[in-house]
Amino acid sequence: MSERQGGNTALLDAVRAKFSGTVETLDEYGDIVLVSPVATMHDLLAWLRNEQGFDLLLDIAGVDCLELDDAAERFELEYILYGVSSGRRVRVRVHIPETNLDVPTLTDLWQSANWAEREAYEMFGFHFVGHPCLTRLLTHHEFVGHPLRKDYPVMGGQWCSTSSDLTDELNEDQRGAPR
Amino acid sequence: MGVNDPIAFSKNETGLVTTRMDEVVKWGRKNSLWPLPFGTACCAIEFMGVVASKFDISRFGAELVRFSPRQSDLLLVAGTINYKLAPILKRIYDQMCEPKYVISMGACACSGGFYDNYATVQGIDQIIPVDVFIPGCPPRPEGILDAVIKLQERIDREPAPRRGVERRHEITDRMVDPEK
Repeated sequence: MSERQGGNTALLDAVRAKFSGTVETLDEYGDIVLVSPVATMHDLLAWLRNEQGFDLLLDIAGVDCLELDDAAERFELEYILYGVSSGRRVRVRVHIPETNLDVPTLTDLWQSANWAEREAYEMFGFHFVGHPCLTRLLTHHEFVGHPLRKDYPVMGGQWCSTSSDLTDELNEDQRGAPR
Repeated sequence: MGVNDPIAFSKNETGLVTTRMDEVVKWGRKNSLWPLPFGTACCAIEFMGVVASKFDISRFGAELVRFSPRQSDLLLVAGTINYKLAPILKRIYDQMCEPKYVISMGACACSGGFYDNYATVQGIDQIIPVDVFIPGCPPRPEGILDAVIKLQERIDREPAPRRGVERRHEITDRMVDPEK
């Protein structure tokens, strides 16, 4: 535990040295959270992956902060990273305004970002700039809207008339750039 | 052929059985249901227990599980059906040959279960006709056996399968009288 805390302190110092003034650091439940603007998030995540040993992208989570009074912007994206050799975790939080949903893709860093970004796209409507195949992943191809947004009706099911051909998923050009 | 079978058999001393064709067809249908398990969730695991030796669905003649709609006459929908899957289920039902029967197994298939949300179909009867609904999450194996027995009773009750017989009569009638 103390070793992990020592690692956290070193990481915080390194973040403050490299991204001073742009990246905010928080401690939530013992995990480090780095709050980054959209413009620097790709540099920050690439730096965490290449130089700080966070080599695994566990998940990308979207948050809709509609009607939350203390929210900075309507949407949030949380990138959860894990370092396999160090056993440490870090979260990167990005506030996304409703007026501009453009976010740089991470598929050039992690292949696992491909489907995670597709899910965040269909559920919340984020536009991941540079994604090789930004299409719906879980809902069907005739679905309209983004069901995990707070203003989408919970029981708003939509009928699908035809099944889609999933062989498109196997095409080489849609799998995303390899590492 | 069981002694208590509702088919009215009469047996004479020559060893011949006389009955009506319709009754024999119905008797054969209800005692050789070939199920197609459309298993999408935990209910399908429960169905495996029904097929296995402890509950043994073969006692009711429905043990020959087929994974092709062309070869089966009982569609057993076991599990959650979402909107993305709905056209696939409909197509599989359409591919089955008549006569065909549907059992909706478990809360999810019957009503959507606790998945009352944007993704899940609230009951497969919105897509295909259902003969027997089994409640439960998942149902006990006895519930599935009860559904098979209920379906057998229904097959026994339903009007005799006359379509093929009548067609054959029409053809023979025309052969006798071409003007008819």
